[in-house]
Amino acid sequence: MGTSLAFHYIFAALGVGLPALLVIVEGLWLRTKDPNYYRLARLWSRALLLLFAIGAVSGTTLSFELGLLWPEFMRRAGSIVGVPFSAEGFAFFIEAIFVGIYLYGWDRLSPRAHWLCSLPVAISGALSAAFVTAVNAWMNTPAGFTVRNGAVVSVDPWAAIFNPATPTEVIHTTLSAYVFAGFATASVYALALRREPANRYFAAGLRVAMLLGAVAIPLQLVVGDVSARFDAHVEPIKLAAMEGQFHTERGAALQIGGLPDASARETRYALRIPYLLSILAFENPQAEVRGLDAFPARDEPVVWPVHLCFDAMVGCGSLLLLIAGWWAVGTRLGTRPLPRGVRPALIASGFLAFVAMEAGWMVTEEGRQPWIATGFLRTADAVTTAPALDLAFYGFSALYLFLATTLAWLLLHLRSDEKAEPPQLSARPQTDGA
Amino acid sequence: MAPEALVASVALIAIALYAVFGGADFGGGVWDVLATGPRRAEARDAIGHAIGPVWETNHVWLIFVIVLLFTCFPPAFAALSTGLYAPLTLGLVGIILRGAAYAFRSSANSEELLSQLWGHVFGIASVIAPFFFGTAVGGLTVGGYAWTSPFAIVVGLLAVALCAQVAAVFLCNETRGLLRADFRIRAIVATFFLAAIGALALAVAYRTSPETFGLLVRPQSIPGVAVAMTLGFVVLGSLAAKRYALARAAVALETTAVLAGWFASQAPYLIPHELTYAQAASPVSTLHAFLWLTLCGSALLVPSLALLFRVFKSGAEPISRL
Repeated sequence: MGTSLAFHYIFAALGVGLPALLVIVEGLWLRTKDPNYYRLARLWSRALLLLFAIGAVSGTTLSFELGLLWPEFMRRAGSIVGVPFSAEGFAFFIEAIFVGIYLYGWDRLSPRAHWLCSLPVAISGALSAAFVTAVNAWMNTPAGFTVRNGAVVSVDPWAAIFNPATPTEVIHTTLSAYVFAGFATASVYALALRREPANRYFAAGLRVAMLLGAVAIPLQLVVGDVSARFDAHVEPIKLAAMEGQFHTERGAALQIGGLPDASARETRYALRIPYLLSILAFENPQAEVRGLDAFPARDEPVVWPVHLCFDAMVGCGSLLLLIAGWWAVGTRLGTRPLPRGVRPALIASGFLAFVAMEAGWMVTEEGRQPWIATGFLRTADAVTTAPALDLAFYGFSALYLFLATTLAWLLLHLRSDEKAEPPQLSARPQTDGA
Repeated sequence: MAPEALVASVALIAIALYAVFGGADFGGGVWDVLATGPRRAEARDAIGHAIGPVWETNHVWLIFVIVLLFTCFPPAFAALSTGLYAPLTLGLVGIILRGAAYAFRSSANSEELLSQLWGHVFGIASVIAPFFFGTAVGGLTVGGYAWTSPFAIVVGLLAVALCAQVAAVFLCNETRGLLRADFRIRAIVATFFLAAIGALALAVAYRTSPETFGLLVRPQSIPGVAVAMTLGFVVLGSLAAKRYALARAAVALETTAVLAGWFASQAPYLIPHELTYAQAASPVSTLHAFLWLTLCGSALLVPSLALLFRVFKSGAEPISRL
């Protein structure tokens, strides 16, 4: 499941982010009539074809795996989290329909109608991500049900969808998709520009990608901050693990990096900034921050991955903000040539965005352990008893690895294909049969 | 009507839509494997073009059914996914490979060896998926999740035959000239083949599991079976008369009738001897939320689907490759 999820997350993020890029790039083409934008839109829609197909089948696998691997979780939580999943189902339906129309409708619709079809793809893609994240938020802060004698007896599905963690987590996760898609694409085009600095087509690709990334990253840091303060109030044990905070104290220092040692109950070698954690979490240098010692040991997650992933996420996110700011100022939002030094930073940005996204996912998952749904069901009690699980696990992992490799190869192949195309393209869409 | 009965009706409709549209896509793969003769390449192209814009949408019906099951009947979902772990996993592998192969094939150059290889994977995976889903249904029907029992195997074959029939009839509507004549013959052959396997399924049930046979021929199952058989004749008749649109409608209804008959034969049980719909149902507030959501979702879904099919299936010129 973990493998499937980490795999699915990448493609889901691109599946949410790429349509947003298409909305921008095709919109720019309609406005400016610059054929480079048209070529980019055609190329990216071929990438979307591949990504969406793989995203759809890996998503199906996940919905099956929920039952195959977590039958106990689904038995007990299905009636509660099913409603957001159903809403996601409809959003995915709309997305699939308009992806079909968008991808295959280039010469069946007028340019404007075709561009309009990219909007439902982007909106329903974001919505389906939002609904799925609402389920994850529910696992963090379960709400909307009553349990009697171990059985779920009454359910308020709307309270379950809009559980306390939903607003921040949904926005944070959806933005992460835009951040990742924007910077990943930017780094591909920055890399291409390294070989051909004067290529206007690559420059256009970089600009569109950075327009998305540079808008998303500052928002993301703001939401991330809100999210951490939310944790301080509602999921204090997760915050303690994120910060490597073992002891409850007033005027807590922010610990950056280091190695949390759960048996010695301290975080060694960290860079400590006095009072900053209390200030960040509660806007008060003397505020009390609850450490892990405030909670029963059997509810404590494994601290070191949570803390290090959290720092990796924040660190990469901050670097991305710097890079985006440097690009925005240095190139006047992409209207001037790249100043020296920005290009290598942009090349690295895709990797940073990837780390930030996956590390963030680890924080929310590992930080919730040993619970699969906080206070409701422990992970160990939820896992399947079906036989031959290992076999299926390795089988699926191998299959995914193989598909991911093929997909990556084809996506790269796609790029070199496009370069072979004649650079002149009329502003009207044409049947190029490529 | 009790809310769980309403939800079960929604499930029947969604499964029928998956069987018709998703089944047609799987059946396309079956004909891809079986493509022979002078127009082999054209047939494969026609199948690819017919599936392209719609297969992902059709595939979502399956996701919808799974989600419905775990939302509204969570204990049944848990029991089914544990009991039928093996065939469902195998069917899933088929689905993954089919989708991936289709996407990979269409983005590679069609003369390349690799593209042809993915073409074969696409075809074979399209047979695997309905076969194992069929055995899962068969295993559920005979009880004890015996998906390798003779009856379950025959139901697996039945599912493949049904997909092949639906696909051939649909492809008659999407091709012209000699290619259409080819698919007309294939549709007729597939219909006879389907009837033979249907009869075989009843015979196997009679021999190996009298109880299953009893369920399949009890009064509440008969209307579905009878209507399906009648519609089978309508399919044959309209193919003979070259009334392809009528054949398409008849084959869709025939598939629905087969499934409705099966649902009726199982009622009130969702899992034989174990769980009825009422026992497996979620709290009523969840069922209501689900039904409301389905109603509102459909208000968006139906016009979108209409647009999709109008753009691609209204008999205009074939679409160009991406």
